[in-house]
Amino acid sequence: MKFGVVVFPGTWSDVDCFDVIHDVLKEPVEYVWHKDTDLSAYDCIILPGGFSYGDYLRCGAIARFSPVMKSVAESVEQGKLVIGICNGFQILCEAGLLPGVLRANDHLQFRCQWTDLRVENQSTPFTSTLSEGQVISVPISHGEGNYFADPETLAMLERDNRVAFRYCGPAGEVTSEFNPNGSMNNIAGITNAQGNVLGMMPHPERCCDEILGGVDGTAIFESMARWASGDRMQKVQETTA
Amino acid sequence: MGLNDERIHMSVTKETLDQLAISDAEYEAIVERLGREPNELEVGLFGSMWSEHCGYKHSKPLLRLLPSDSPRMMVEPGAENAGVVDIGDDLAIVMKIESHNHPSAIEPYEGAATGVGGIVRDIFAMGARPIALLNSLRFGPLTDARNRYLFEGVVAGISGYGNCIGVPNVGGEVVFSPTYSGNPLVNAMCVGILKKGELVSATTGEPGHLIMLVGSGTGRDGIHGASGLASRAFEDDRELRPTVQVGNPFMEKVLIEACLEVAKTDHFIGIQDLGAAGLTSASVEAAASGNCGLDIDVALVPRRAEGMNPYEVMLSESQERMLIVVKKGHEDQVKAIFDKWDLDSTVIGTSTGDGLARIRDNGEVAGEIPVTLLTDPPLYRLQGVKPAWLTPLQQYDLASVPLPNASASEILHRLLASPNIASKEWVSRQYDHQVQTNTVVPPGGDGAVMRIKGTKKGISLATDGNGRICYLDPFVGGMIAVAEACRNVTCTGAEPIALTDCLNFGNPEKLEIYYQLEEAVKGIAEAGRALGAPVISGNVSLYNEAHGMDIYPTPVIGALGLLEDVSRHCSTGFLGAGDKVVLLGSTDLKGESASLAGSEYLELIHDLVAGQPALDLDLEVSLQRACRRLVSEGVAHSAHDCSDGGLAVTLAESCIAGDVGLTVNAEVSGRWDAALFGETQSRIALSLSAADLPKLERICVEEGVPWVELGITGGQILMIPGLLESSVAELRDSWQGGLPKALEYK
Repeated sequence: MKFGVVVFPGTWSDVDCFDVIHDVLKEPVEYVWHKDTDLSAYDCIILPGGFSYGDYLRCGAIARFSPVMKSVAESVEQGKLVIGICNGFQILCEAGLLPGVLRANDHLQFRCQWTDLRVENQSTPFTSTLSEGQVISVPISHGEGNYFADPETLAMLERDNRVAFRYCGPAGEVTSEFNPNGSMNNIAGITNAQGNVLGMMPHPERCCDEILGGVDGTAIFESMARWASGDRMQKVQETTA
Repeated sequence: MGLNDERIHMSVTKETLDQLAISDAEYEAIVERLGREPNELEVGLFGSMWSEHCGYKHSKPLLRLLPSDSPRMMVEPGAENAGVVDIGDDLAIVMKIESHNHPSAIEPYEGAATGVGGIVRDIFAMGARPIALLNSLRFGPLTDARNRYLFEGVVAGISGYGNCIGVPNVGGEVVFSPTYSGNPLVNAMCVGILKKGELVSATTGEPGHLIMLVGSGTGRDGIHGASGLASRAFEDDRELRPTVQVGNPFMEKVLIEACLEVAKTDHFIGIQDLGAAGLTSASVEAAASGNCGLDIDVALVPRRAEGMNPYEVMLSESQERMLIVVKKGHEDQVKAIFDKWDLDSTVIGTSTGDGLARIRDNGEVAGEIPVTLLTDPPLYRLQGVKPAWLTPLQQYDLASVPLPNASASEILHRLLASPNIASKEWVSRQYDHQVQTNTVVPPGGDGAVMRIKGTKKGISLATDGNGRICYLDPFVGGMIAVAEACRNVTCTGAEPIALTDCLNFGNPEKLEIYYQLEEAVKGIAEAGRALGAPVISGNVSLYNEAHGMDIYPTPVIGALGLLEDVSRHCSTGFLGAGDKVVLLGSTDLKGESASLAGSEYLELIHDLVAGQPALDLDLEVSLQRACRRLVSEGVAHSAHDCSDGGLAVTLAESCIAGDVGLTVNAEVSGRWDAALFGETQSRIALSLSAADLPKLERICVEEGVPWVELGITGGQILMIPGLLESSVAELRDSWQGGLPKALEYK
């Protein structure tokens, strides 16, 4: 079981993600340069945060053409786990591996702050060590995290239980007051139809150590590791059946 | 071709000299030392290198007064791009603060953004990974639309650039005063870390090495930035817009990674960033450092504008460019690293043994000057004159200030909501302060705290500088800037081990301004020595004036503190109910009018800037030592220094941060406004459990520091019986709402 952390020019959460897998989970992990195309060694792939290619043109719009992204799409088909965090979420949307887009925050400013997230779906490979309705604290750091999708897509996401996390208050209340960027339905993270791709704007790798103010992010990476090292094949068969 | 080329005899126009801010006397000195008339390109080189910004003509003699004796220091101040201190564990911290005031006054977004970019390049040029940014900002009052535009633009520029390069922005200050209207101060500080053996020098080394230019193409942006913009007074800034550079933070981020990759190899001799005066100062300074000459051909420089002449190429301040001095024969290996990152890298010349800076254009010599002439500008040591208006201001009878009509509670709320004291969350939440996952205490307290991964250690960082106090007494103000910056990191438990200073002053050719500069530097030197913190790097920004008015003298001090055990740190918020709160240091609770000198209260409520500020340096040193022991020995639950707004504001901030009330039971007497809002120095409000009072007593006796018990935490009300009573929620509303309200955000 091995994690791969993809590095695009302009990525900056690569080291943070690497350190969590290596120091907190104590699992094998390697960096993957964006021009590499062989992902066969990895069971879990992390597309970290940052400003790939400066986010010029549109967030993630250039990075989706990096050679590694074709291999990421193939890995998704093979049932491997792919998590896109912040810029990684934006890249997954641009690449069509997740539906919808991330627009500029409704207040048009960058926001770096702690947010509370309600776990909406406990049955994904990314949330299995969390419980449904649980509120976790995870920081955001983005200027364009305002999730948008057309009404049909949004309805489908809700119907198929593909919203993984929503911004909420400390008691789990999902209201606009606690929405830091204007995202539709307070969406903070979604999964693909097969359930093996998660995109989320908040940064779980920033809250895996008490001294940084919280450890709620650890559960997401632990869920991935557990799923990937355990009953992965069974899950793939279930989800693709 | 040699210097007989016809074009060399082009006359240098008066206009050129003006653009370069070269005086007639300086031009004569150039002719005399060179033994001939320089051509236009050569005058450009002199103008850049002899500018106030690069040459420190008015400040260098004064900067020698600053303390630079510490066993931790690894390079001489000014010898490299930034200062370096040993923190043990085979690690060193690199840091520097730098101004980008004039560009930000003209184009706030790009001015501030490129200020961040410039200081970050100074850090990674030394082989250090940038791990923290801080910004010390000054603007005119937000009641003025232009000031709001500058403030919002500067914050957006810092956010836009800093967030993109993945370096956390962990602190700084924002202060508003009419003195900065039209001339904001934008001081950016960057801190980096490296393994001690990996320190990189900005030198050409011996003759025969290759000079490689990497990063962005060279355009016409920023020509005369160093000489014209930052080195003289100007009438109407808006004309100077083309001299402001445009930043590309993505390019910077990639440059950081590529240069740090090169820095780990042995294919190079030195790395130098291109900052003020672009290729000119980068190449000349590197050559001077290696006691070499240099021979470069501007035709080889990759351009992004057509038809640029040698003068423009040499003086361009296009951003995101670095100079790498590559060992001859290793250029392919270095180029391969830059190729990997899709960056241009071009060998443009060599270091030479003849001591001449030779600039060619397509092989033909376009200019040729001894390097040592360029790096040896005339220095001006003036005789400062104490301004005639200063003594009456200092002797102002503060006892004649009437007690206010409003209640203490009303005044506390006004102070908490005033933009200078109010929460700066509106600013800090626009900055990524967590990336790299080291930020233990985020912005908003006294000092930020960051862990050093792989060790038990941590560092604390803060900036401070009170222009109003310096205006009233530049010597005492200089001391207080150092004392407060050190006190801020001390409150986290960290020991101040190094300082970096940014000296923002008006026109030094005026003797009253020179007096301010000289006195402030002496004050910084005295306090730095007393507190054991050397000034390891810095920057001088002069000619800060608008509409004929000089700014307040504003030295900004950045402090680096070291925590041996990062798990033993404090922040400003009370930890919960039932703790004792004590005041350490200057503990007299009898309000004296003298403490109102230069206070925020006096200006906000009485519209008065007057009085004689004071600092007892011996008490300050003992206080800080005692406070650090109280934190490191696990006694203190919180510690917060008393500064702007005085004791009442300090206590209110600790209540807000800890979300708990406080009942003061100590007797407050004398002038209540002075007791609550006076700004006596050398005070720290600290909380601890009652059981630890004997330990506190022992440590304070050992360190010779007075202390007094103020009260006990609990409930949700800050109460000073008979004087002040307010709920924590109301205090928080005023404090958090102050800045958004001032910006008319609803």
